[in-house]
Amino acid sequence: MRDLPLPPAPIALLAELTHRCPLSCPYCSNPLEMVAREGELDTATWARVFAEAADLGVLQLHLSGGEPVARRDLPELVEAARQAGLYVNLITSGIGLTEARLDALEAAGLDHVQLSLQGVRSGIADRIGGYKSGFDRKLEVAKSITARGLPLTLNAVMHRQNLDDLAETISFAVELGARRIEIACVQFYGWALTNRAALLPTREQVEMAKRTVAQAVQTYRGRLAIDFVPPDYYADFPKACMGGWGSTGLNVTPDGTVLPCHAAATIPHLEFQRVTEAPLAEIWQHGPAFQAFRGHDWMQEPCRSCARRDIDHGGCRCQAMALTGDASATDPVCRYSPQRPAVDALLAEIPEAEALPEFTYRR
Amino acid sequence: MTDTLLTAKSDPFVRLPRGVRLHHDRVRDMPVLLGPERALMLDEIGLAILTEIGQGLKMSVLIERLAERYDAPRAEISGDVIGFIEDLQVQRLVDYADA
Ligand code: SF4
Ligand code: SF4
Repeated sequence: MRDLPLPPAPIALLAELTHRCPLSCPYCSNPLEMVAREGELDTATWARVFAEAADLGVLQLHLSGGEPVARRDLPELVEAARQAGLYVNLITSGIGLTEARLDALEAAGLDHVQLSLQGVRSGIADRIGGYKSGFDRKLEVAKSITARGLPLTLNAVMHRQNLDDLAETISFAVELGARRIEIACVQFYGWALTNRAALLPTREQVEMAKRTVAQAVQTYRGRLAIDFVPPDYYADFPKACMGGWGSTGLNVTPDGTVLPCHAAATIPHLEFQRVTEAPLAEIWQHGPAFQAFRGHDWMQEPCRSCARRDIDHGGCRCQAMALTGDASATDPVCRYSPQRPAVDALLAEIPEAEALPEFTYRR
Repeated sequence: MTDTLLTAKSDPFVRLPRGVRLHHDRVRDMPVLLGPERALMLDEIGLAILTEIGQGLKMSVLIERLAERYDAPRAEISGDVIGFIEDLQVQRLVDYADA
């Protein structure tokens, strides 16, 4: 076997500082088995990871969780990241972001805040987040962020139970003074997979959402930048795995495990390393989990000989795992996949509105 | 003014908003524009335009300065400069503001 050439430098690091969170969204991207507070990396180790990431070529740091604000040392972490030369983005539900904490984060050099939105009104938002009066608190935080002049992106997580509010959600972002909105339809791994029947939108909803977005892009041109990730079960081809597996970013979990993407731990045979065991550069360049799906050698047919193989890289490995049980299979969303009928069967079985199952909340 | 693309009304004050900054990527050894969820690798012209913006200036002044710097006719470069800036403004990486 020949050695693969060294991978290009990564651009982004997603640091899951903690799995702790006051909310319990039924689509949370955290694993079913979460890291306890005692297992979290300390301040100095995170600071070292940020410096190593910058040396490796990372430009963007996303501080995420869980709820990163649950880390008392968050301002120190922001400062360390800025010192390393990184662009620092905070991904938060806003719960726990008091004025004093915002002051400290601003002083530490925080560049941007990405506020997650569970729903556009208190009823739905608090039901999805499983947290009473969460919406009202979030609204206060959002106003404070824009009043400070900190750039704000709303991250609206959409699914069966709130996709009909999409137009209202976009105008809400404009009224708040957000510069961007990310409309992210739930992707089905982990908790979201558990709750798929309650979350998977209908075809009519998806068609409507596409029209709503197209209209809003025109209406709010120059005022709001809109990013839209439609649900891929309805697509003909799979979503590209971020420029290819192990090609653009890394994920570090609360205990320092380095993953090629946030869902990678759902692939059972992959071998992950921790930042406490090896340098980040070594893990990125040679780590077995990162090497697993680089290039084309791992591909099966129909991907291996497909003209699109460098466009979508065979789709999502975690989705192939979740839906076919084989992480090297063609993403079954693909029309060329022999397993596509399984996806169509799922779409044909979507429950009626009255028959939606209860959520299993993240615990 | 020979420039039909710029009228008094559409001669906005151009500036980089908070949270958007120029950065030298020392690993790739190239200039980049960093903003929310964006890292745009810049070529020489892109860097020249964004550097010229500095604390902010009118689009017409920006074009003027670039025309001088590259010794090129205004009319020839204005379309490209406006296109470049508009593209960034739509992404909210550049702001149009009152001076
Ligand atoms: S998805 Fe919800 S529960 Fe999970 S970390 Fe984000 S806010 Fe917390
Ligand atoms: S066969 Fe594979 S490479 Fe071709 S379009 Fe489908 S997923 Fe992409």
